[in-house]
Amino acid sequence: MNADTKGVLKTTISRSSRVSIIAMVLSLVLMLVLAWAPYWAGRAEMRLLGELFLYLSLASLWNLMAGYAGLVSVGQQAYVGLGGYLLFALTMFGGLHPVAAVLLAGVFSAFLSLPVAILIFRLHGAYFAIGTWVIAEMFRLSFAQVQSLGGGSGTSLPIGVVKSLAASRSGRESLSYWLALGAVVFTLGFVFFFMRSKKGLALTAIRDSEAGAAELGINIWRSKLEVYVYTSAITGVIGGLIFLQKLRISPDAAFSVSDWTAFVIFIVVIGGIGTLEGPIIGTLLFFILRESMADLGTTYLMILGLVAIVIMLKAPQGIWGLIRQKFDIELFPLSYFVHQKDASTQKSSGA
Amino acid sequence: MSESSLLLVENVSKSFGAVKVADATNLEVNAGEVVGILGPNGAGKTSLFNLITGALSADSGTINFKGNDITRTNAAYRCKLGMARSFQVPQPFVGMSVFENALVGATHGAGLKPSAANAHVVSVLDATGLMARANVKAGVLTLLERKRLELARALSTKPSLLLLDEIAGGLTDSECESLITSIKNVHLQGTTIIWIEHIVHALLAVAQKLIVLDFGKVIAAGQPDEIMASEQVRQIYLGVDNA
Ligand SMILES: Nc1ncnc2c1ncn2[C@@H]1O[C@H](COP(=O)(O)OP(=O)(O)OP(=O)(O)O)[C@@H](O)[C@H]1O
Ligand SMILES: [Mg+2]
Repeated sequence: MNADTKGVLKTTISRSSRVSIIAMVLSLVLMLVLAWAPYWAGRAEMRLLGELFLYLSLASLWNLMAGYAGLVSVGQQAYVGLGGYLLFALTMFGGLHPVAAVLLAGVFSAFLSLPVAILIFRLHGAYFAIGTWVIAEMFRLSFAQVQSLGGGSGTSLPIGVVKSLAASRSGRESLSYWLALGAVVFTLGFVFFFMRSKKGLALTAIRDSEAGAAELGINIWRSKLEVYVYTSAITGVIGGLIFLQKLRISPDAAFSVSDWTAFVIFIVVIGGIGTLEGPIIGTLLFFILRESMADLGTTYLMILGLVAIVIMLKAPQGIWGLIRQKFDIELFPLSYFVHQKDASTQKSSGA
Repeated sequence: MSESSLLLVENVSKSFGAVKVADATNLEVNAGEVVGILGPNGAGKTSLFNLITGALSADSGTINFKGNDITRTNAAYRCKLGMARSFQVPQPFVGMSVFENALVGATHGAGLKPSAANAHVVSVLDATGLMARANVKAGVLTLLERKRLELARALSTKPSLLLLDEIAGGLTDSECESLITSIKNVHLQGTTIIWIEHIVHALLAVAQKLIVLDFGKVIAAGQPDEIMASEQVRQIYLGVDNA
């Protein structure tokens, strides 16, 4: 009855909003400013920023895996440590350049994650989590056996390898900072474009209902496998970069469940799991807390725990979840918007 | 199997411990038909859909679709072959918009390229009366809208066989009428339909063949008027449906 009052509707679909365009422009500017850091920041700030970038990378990857694909792993330290150890092994015994070694560590991690996935994907829920942790422990115990890499007490990166990065100390520090920045830009870009693609749509569907997703043509097992392999590969690269910053490795540091998993989960959960913005907010908050309470020792860990509990109770969707609920915005445009415009402006008089 | 049979379920059985949800079930559906399925609560109707679509795997027997043995294939594969279902308990992707919900089926199930997928989803949302809600998150939809979304998502995969599980349950009479019209339209466009429904008059409005299930067994199959007249069916339905 009201069909002819509506006129002819023209439907268009867009994927960005004013907020997301502004956010993209600002992040490009921020990226340029950050790329310039070696010329404006001090040594300590650069170290801290580099560490922050690598943590943000780990958090985004874990969020992709756990928050979207539902693979709640507590064992990604397996690939952090593997990447770190491969950096040492490939440079010390293979004579590779550290950057080449780090990239190759990613390839190795991808290949190793395949059989691991086939094994642990048989487990579900808590058993899956425990399985990932057991695998990481196996990695740790295996590397502790390798005497040429220092066994249980670890080893330092030989001075010759360190010098091959850059001759001067400041040159090395700038390079390792840029590598960390490059890694976080790549990781965030990868996660964003992955989530924006057809595969990302599938993953978001899996996040909300596996039964529904399967019956709409999504191969759940393969989607999860892909995510597991990609995130493990990039986690291996990040692990290599972490230990390129540290210049020293030991099994306990490389496969530390608190450093590479507990803190990462804290970051993602307080920031907002299953959102791209959450890990960014979480990482910032984590570093603010850590730096402002550096003198408190173990009390700091208790405060972290308290913060996590309060946020989980008050905002189960994390800080970004709260913001999104209030303002309905997204900085990384993943959504589709349907617009209908009245196209009957050219004097069409309805049949 | 006959030339025109689209779906052929042969001797399919499935048990959960002592509960037999399918007991040597046979079912043949020809292309272009609308088949209605009746049966009391717990008869195994939804389980039969789960077996057909691959949400459950059969303990024994075979399922054939478009000439392919699909008994051991997964749900995603069967969807891509042209099967789609609506869930009795809606399974919306609550964090995604209505448009995005249907886009999942268009890009994955139907395998459409982005622009074709967008256009197809727009036409599906138009046909199911959800266009005005396209940008709304599925988590906030009303019951009727959730049922429509189930239909829209199934249609977004461009199915040749559509399985509807109690899609009219809980609707008012006028809502039910408009749903029947939508389903008739889908059938007119050449889609074969199997429809589970307790609301018998809705089924009778479109079904050309009826099947009655009880305790995982097909206890009657045939023309709707014959089935509705049968004493056995009336007994089973006593107290379940007094329409
Ligand atoms: N995954 C499962 N595990 C154990 N028992 C199940 C499972 N799924 C279904 N059942 C049981 O199988 C029987 C048939 O269930 P089904 O959902 O197929 O019935 P239905 O005919 O669809 O009933 P309704 O009309 O209530 O929807 C019920 O007794 C149910 O409890
Ligand atoms: Mg049912």
